[in-house]
Amino acid sequence: MDSFERLLRGHGFFHGLDPAYLSLLAGCARNVRFGSGTFLFRESEPAGEFFVLREGKVALEIAAPERGPLVVQTVPEGGVIGFSWLFEPHRWEFDARAVEPVRAIALDGVCLRGKCEQDPRLGYDLMQRFARIAVQRLQATRLQLLDVYGHAGTG
Amino acid sequence: MEPAGQAGGRLVIQRDGLDQLLAALRQRGFRLIGPSLADGAIGYSDITSAADLPAGWTDDQEGGSYRLRRRDDDALFGYNVGPQSPKRYLFPPSSLLWRGQQDGGELTGGAGEEPRQRLAFIGVRACELHAIAIQDRVFLGGDHPDPDYRARREDAFVVAVNCGQAGGTCFCVSMGTGPRAAAGYDLALTELLGAGGHRFLVETGTGRGAEVMAEVDHLPATAADTAAADEIVAATAASMGRSMDTGGIKELLYENLDHPRWDDVASRCLSCGNCTMACPTCFCFRVEDVSGLAGPAVERRRSWDSCFTLDHSYLHGGGVRVSGRSRYRQWMTHKLATWIDQFGTSGCVGCGRCITWCPVGIDITEEAAAIRATSGLAAGDGDGAGQAAGAGEDSGGLV
Amino acid sequence: MRAPAEQAGPAGPGGWSVPAPWRVTGARAETRDVVTVELAPPEAFSFRPGQFNMLYATGVGEVPISISGDPASPGPVRHTIRDVGPVTRALCALRPGGQAGVRGPFGTSWPVASAEGGDLVIVAGGIGLPPLRPALCQALARRGAYRRVMLLYGARTPADLLFTEELAGWRRRSGLAAEITVDAGTPDWHGDVGVVPDLIGRAQLDPGLTTAFIVGPEIMMRFAVRALLAAGVSTSRIFLSLERNMECAVAMCGHCQLGPFLLCRDGPVLCYREVAPWLRVREL
Repeated sequence: MDSFERLLRGHGFFHGLDPAYLSLLAGCARNVRFGSGTFLFRESEPAGEFFVLREGKVALEIAAPERGPLVVQTVPEGGVIGFSWLFEPHRWEFDARAVEPVRAIALDGVCLRGKCEQDPRLGYDLMQRFARIAVQRLQATRLQLLDVYGHAGTG
Repeated sequence: MEPAGQAGGRLVIQRDGLDQLLAALRQRGFRLIGPSLADGAIGYSDITSAADLPAGWTDDQEGGSYRLRRRDDDALFGYNVGPQSPKRYLFPPSSLLWRGQQDGGELTGGAGEEPRQRLAFIGVRACELHAIAIQDRVFLGGDHPDPDYRARREDAFVVAVNCGQAGGTCFCVSMGTGPRAAAGYDLALTELLGAGGHRFLVETGTGRGAEVMAEVDHLPATAADTAAADEIVAATAASMGRSMDTGGIKELLYENLDHPRWDDVASRCLSCGNCTMACPTCFCFRVEDVSGLAGPAVERRRSWDSCFTLDHSYLHGGGVRVSGRSRYRQWMTHKLATWIDQFGTSGCVGCGRCITWCPVGIDITEEAAAIRATSGLAAGDGDGAGQAAGAGEDSGGLV
Repeated sequence: MRAPAEQAGPAGPGGWSVPAPWRVTGARAETRDVVTVELAPPEAFSFRPGQFNMLYATGVGEVPISISGDPASPGPVRHTIRDVGPVTRALCALRPGGQAGVRGPFGTSWPVASAEGGDLVIVAGGIGLPPLRPALCQALARRGAYRRVMLLYGARTPADLLFTEELAGWRRRSGLAAEITVDAGTPDWHGDVGVVPDLIGRAQLDPGLTTAFIVGPEIMMRFAVRALLAAGVSTSRIFLSLERNMECAVAMCGHCQLGPFLLCRDGPVLCYREVAPWLRVREL
């Protein structure tokens, strides 16, 4: 458990988190590995955890019957994947596929949800961290939607 | 005949001396361009003698209004500026840049333009002299001087006239551009009527001007003549129809690019572009490549453009300045502010044409004053908490 | 004024406006709608990275095109052109042996040498890469003078990425660090999917050592600047290449104004610190 604390403390996502909370989180953590091409999770499966990527890149994609899998975003090494554990109905909305071999820390969402209920301060802190990533993803998505390269180019 | 002296000389000629002057210029091969009355306004066109001048006329100008009125004397220059300016001849509304032939995608030669007669401008006002100097900077002052403008400009002879009356929309005093012609002329006339007869005080501005005066009956100016001329110019300066406070005007406009006044003027402005056509300094032009349908000839031409057109800021399928508000703001901030950063002087000479010839009478001096009075106001803001377009760091934050 | 006699080229009082005839020595399709055309100047020609030429398609019209070649290499000059209208379509249709009219070079250039001793970060979006290519060439030719030379590049789809082989070669042999992303992937794309500003966040920039050059659609540049500022890079070390309607290219026709700047003369390369207040005003 001590080594998980070290791993989490060293990860940017948890920067500045109260050491007591780091211990708490370490208690909900486990190491996971995914081979290239395998799925961390699939759309509509129950969402019970989130992943902190230590190594390897993951593609968030959605499968459309006539178009095949469409990647909406890739999350690089060091990124965090998974919001759906926070909110009802706790089901994944996208597929997450390891583009290359992935090592990650998986944090048990159910366990964490319980701890946040008991300690709202922990809940607020975690919520802030996830909100920040969500906003970044929203900005990126908006920029993708704007299709800025479509007609207005330069040069 | 006595020698006319050097530049800086002061002479007096009688009314018929003016005809001698014009004849002397024609004899030297100049094409005379002077004030003439047509279509209810006094513009510029070809003249041959003083008989072509609008003797005994004056104009009443106000926002959106121009009317000619008979004077009770025979003054030859007793009016102010009309809708046109010398710009029409130095930077014509449409002109050829080059001409060639195309053959299978290859561009080959063509004949250029025919040689032109040298121009002599008669009756140029002080504000117009400044406007010419301002356009000189644009067309000749950069790294690529314009040969066409230079050819028209270099040999041009300028007979200026000091205004004997101020127009209803004039504000040259505020802009430091008149009413006295100070530089940029070969000869400057002040028309004197009344006691002493109809005569002109003539100031020679160049050796070339002095040399022409050698062929005109003249006498040295007396102290009384000079005093009479000074009095007229002073009276003109004291009766300007408008004024503009130019103190810090560049910064004022830079700090008020989102002022609600722009919405106010936009609700009145028709984007007709009259102001840009009448203005003696507006220089925007569009470049057009023209190829004949029937033959191999290709031409590149330039013609007057206006920042009020939607096309002016066209970029990749859309304009940058689409709203009327943004286009009026562009015109006015260019004229009074960004021109200073671009070319080192104001773009405005206080001639008042934009006020007179605006169909709805928008008054640049009034707009500037309104912004100055409520500087710092933001759109939708009642208490003057303004927004500045000044330098500042982005927060780099989210959302 | 004497009447000019019949001449080999077009004649007229236009002076600055007369294009010189350059011979087309090469034309290569880069993507579906982008072509690189090589033009040989009739006499000695040199340019600085970031400058542009006015290219005239005979009988059709003239447009500003960034020079995309290596400033140090003699001979034909590369221009990379996107087909967006009648003039660019005609230019994209040029073939070796053909002719185009050229005026230039015009404008300000990238301060490449000012980044020496530190990290040069080049941020390109879509057709923004060609005007940055000359700066890349110049920096890689003096690679040892920089700590890092990095390209962060994004396009709409993988098929729109430009110069991919050349970039791969630079990565392998010339010390270029490059991160490439697309807005929308395809089944055979195994690279990043996402936006260029996010590449900036991940690049772990040292703000004290970073100089950034950015070209892309204005929206993308705005987000990229925000990401650079969030990483602590100073506004005076960020340079953009901006674009407005350009007709004369000699600071005379009034069209390319952006506030006090005449982009053909004071730009297209501008320091963000100087131009920032003007970019914030809508419809300026």
